[in-house]
Amino acid sequence: MSVSTRSPAAPTRMRTTGRSQRGPLAWLRRNIIVVLGTLAFIYLLLPNLIVVIFSFNNPTGRFNYSWSAFSLDAWLHPCGAPGMCSALGLSLKIGVTATILATILGTLAAFALTRHRFRGRALINLLIFMPMATPEVVMGSSLLTLFIGLRFPLGAWTIIIAHVMFCVSFVIVTVKARVAGLDPNLEEAAADLYSNERQTFLRVTLPLVAPGIAAGALLAFSLSFDDYIITNFNAGSDVTFPMYIWGAAQRGTPVQINVIGTIMFLVALIAVAVGQVIGARRRRSAA
Amino acid sequence: MSAIGSLGGAGGRTKTAPDRPEKRRLTPYWLLVPGMAWLLIFFVVPMVFLGSQSLQTGSFEDGTKLTWNFSIYWETLRGYWPHYARSIGFAALATIAALLIGYPLAYMIAHKSGRWKNILLVLVIAPFFTSFLIRTLAWKTILSSGGPVVWFFQQTHLTDLLQWLHLTDKDTLLATPFAVIAGLTYNFLPFMVLPLYASLDRLDHRLLEAAGDLYSRPFTAFRRVTLPLSMPGVVAGTLLTFIPAAGDYINSVLLGNTRSTMIGQVIDGQFLRVLDYPQAATMSFILLIIILAIVMTYVRRSGTEELV
Amino acid sequence: MPTPTSEGQGDLCLTNVTKRFGDFTAVDDLSLTIPQGSFFALLGASGCGKTTTLRMVAGLERPTAGTISIGEEDITEAKPYARPVNTVFQNYALFPHMTVLDNVAFGLKRRKVADATKTAKEGLELVELGHLAGRKPAQLSGGQQQRVALARALVNHPAVLLLDEPLGALDLKLRRQMQLELKKIQEEVGLTFVHVTHDQEEAMTMADTIAVMNAGVIEQLGHPTELYERPASTFVANFLGQSNLLAGEISDRVGGDLVVQVGGHKLALPGDRSTRQDGKVWLGVRPEKLRIGLAGGADGAGRNHLDGVVLDASFTGVSTQYLVRLAWGQAITVVAQNDGSALLRDGDQVQVSWVPQHGFALDAAQDAFAGAQRVGDDDTPVPALGGAR
Repeated sequence: MSVSTRSPAAPTRMRTTGRSQRGPLAWLRRNIIVVLGTLAFIYLLLPNLIVVIFSFNNPTGRFNYSWSAFSLDAWLHPCGAPGMCSALGLSLKIGVTATILATILGTLAAFALTRHRFRGRALINLLIFMPMATPEVVMGSSLLTLFIGLRFPLGAWTIIIAHVMFCVSFVIVTVKARVAGLDPNLEEAAADLYSNERQTFLRVTLPLVAPGIAAGALLAFSLSFDDYIITNFNAGSDVTFPMYIWGAAQRGTPVQINVIGTIMFLVALIAVAVGQVIGARRRRSAA
Repeated sequence: MSAIGSLGGAGGRTKTAPDRPEKRRLTPYWLLVPGMAWLLIFFVVPMVFLGSQSLQTGSFEDGTKLTWNFSIYWETLRGYWPHYARSIGFAALATIAALLIGYPLAYMIAHKSGRWKNILLVLVIAPFFTSFLIRTLAWKTILSSGGPVVWFFQQTHLTDLLQWLHLTDKDTLLATPFAVIAGLTYNFLPFMVLPLYASLDRLDHRLLEAAGDLYSRPFTAFRRVTLPLSMPGVVAGTLLTFIPAAGDYINSVLLGNTRSTMIGQVIDGQFLRVLDYPQAATMSFILLIIILAIVMTYVRRSGTEELV
Repeated sequence: MPTPTSEGQGDLCLTNVTKRFGDFTAVDDLSLTIPQGSFFALLGASGCGKTTTLRMVAGLERPTAGTISIGEEDITEAKPYARPVNTVFQNYALFPHMTVLDNVAFGLKRRKVADATKTAKEGLELVELGHLAGRKPAQLSGGQQQRVALARALVNHPAVLLLDEPLGALDLKLRRQMQLELKKIQEEVGLTFVHVTHDQEEAMTMADTIAVMNAGVIEQLGHPTELYERPASTFVANFLGQSNLLAGEISDRVGGDLVVQVGGHKLALPGDRSTRQDGKVWLGVRPEKLRIGLAGGADGAGRNHLDGVVLDASFTGVSTQYLVRLAWGQAITVVAQNDGSALLRDGDQVQVSWVPQHGFALDAAQDAFAGAQRVGDDDTPVPALGGAR
């Protein structure tokens, strides 16, 4: 993508060696990192570009894998593919619920872990690390055996339980980093300035940890929204958006999938851009 | 002695005040209990269920009974070792590829991007903005026969090389082990890049200048200074790539063929279609043990304690 | 919650205060009275317990034993927010998400003081930062942040204001300027200031009373001049300025003076300037109290004399610092004012002399190196003690 190719003014910063400074080979040697990095970006972002382009395709067969003709059909009828929008709705509902639960549980635990010393710390750290070190297929299948063993009916709630389980560790790690980076003197200063524990938490601690909590919540949502493997084990007859795509990959991929993919991409990109602009403006206006 | 201020207890100790008892705080436990209980009930307990399920015999229709049937582990390993080997092998190759691709990328963002740094970081996570499955399907288009990528591989005879390596078996790329590994590498590359970036960003550029000042050529400086200092990132990145890649089967189903089946796919089928729970649980448990063994060995070898 | 005001609060009293962290005793049975309205400095090296003492007064650390009170009120168990004490933190601890004005008004608002914003603005004016009220702390220089932290604490009119190395992060020039300013502000507002520092010059510049702390106990307490001229221990002698300590033994008494035998020389010392009246002592004298001249030169009667050889001379502009080796091998430091007299060179045979009233004697059982900074500890010179024993 064009941004990365013309990004850094690298040559001026590179150390010069005693060897030849001219010729394409020398140029390549001097800029090798930027060249390789740019190629990696192309590798990383090419599929997103394909998704966007193929949202305007009018495929001849059931599958939307090769280009045939330009069409706005899918964009005009985004819910035209049967079942897709209800799957999307279910994924959003599950994502939001799981995110709220995982963020609350994870934030509380992160505070406890950074602020207090207690016995069994190593064991607790292991418990938090394990879900991140276990393949999804193992977590999904083991939860399924639990639900089968307890005769717990599968559906949206079992999906939510599963999502909270694998998201909570990520929230803990994210929030923990932020809480650990918080200067303890700030809370002491608040206490010194006549704030009781509750006021200190609400006026100093929470506002300062909020970016970490928000990052943890975003991570949890994207993990939940995107999960296929664990969900597939515990969904019963419910169909989430990733499960819908999986099914479509076997039966035929409607162009609307690409439309949804493109919209998600643009919404996230705009959200990030707005966040950056606001951040920059705040920094500038204050200066 | 000045009139102001006075020092009590000088010249011999007066009576020492008694110690006041320490307060015990229960708050941290109450904060911790909900989250840890969730992990215990929905992560640890299911593992116990999985282990016990694997040692049962019976069928889905008639119900199963715990019979401590350990022999199933050997039978499963004997029957499915190629799938395990393939899963570990593909994941290892994808991890190495992601490291080779991700390191220059992370280095570029950390040290050569100037004021573009934030934008480049957003671009690294940008793929996540679109669903994992949709993007994996896009690789079907990219690698399809007759497309520019296949043409380029044929022109440069890379197809012959891949065929010689048994990563492809025809003049095509799609539906081959190569496509599966490329897909795994692609999908988990951001997990490699972000920890690498975090550790490379902390690297003080002056250290490299010092190395240069002390007669190191750039490559020596990289090998002696940059690489050792970025090891925590390398360890974290490789783990975050390897673990999910080894259990993944989305790439092998969507981009592979019947001879590139990974173990996750077999487990999925046993659980959800064949409904042979003891067999499926055994497979799952073996995968967990293999991964844990690899991770433990790797972490111990690399000497990095701080993972979380 | 008591309403914190500076009126009628009285003296800060620490009685038998001990703080232990596990097996480590940070503060050991400390008793101390700090009169209302004084500028009090707790001086000591890092780890001596001075910051722990301060944190106990602030309520941020709970004493293992002992009591802390202000006037009649026992505040040992009071929460930090319920005591009339405010702190200027070492790293300032300004709330990064609030403006400068919100930072200063924070304590007033928590106490629901009427006109909190107005009072905060006045507080900012006091430290001459009224024009920066709308900024965030990150946009201020170190010196400005320091003033905001000071204003934030001062506006509450606490009975006691605690300053934890408040100038430590500032550069030397700014530090000197802030020292004078702090002293001026303290005189204006008339609050009790308790100032923790490891910088002896800073303590002497500002404080009425200095307590020198070492290993959890107070070594000596008094007015800066008293501490400097009459150190009560080798630790104070070395930590507060520099001292030459000569190993000697009291052999006789002539009138009010003691006769101290040092390397075969008889040196005089007023009896009231020694902590003991017989036996082995360290005879101490400050480098700037020594007069140095070429051997054989006439020097005033009634002075103590010692002969030596110049080992090293370093010219510093205002003065010249000489390292002089005495007959028995010990090297002492002499600081000579640059008053125009000829500079001495390495190898010159010299005579050093001092007025007996400038000497002091300490118990020889004490460690002669206590409180001295070794090479590598800091950039201050090594104590002149080579080959003392």
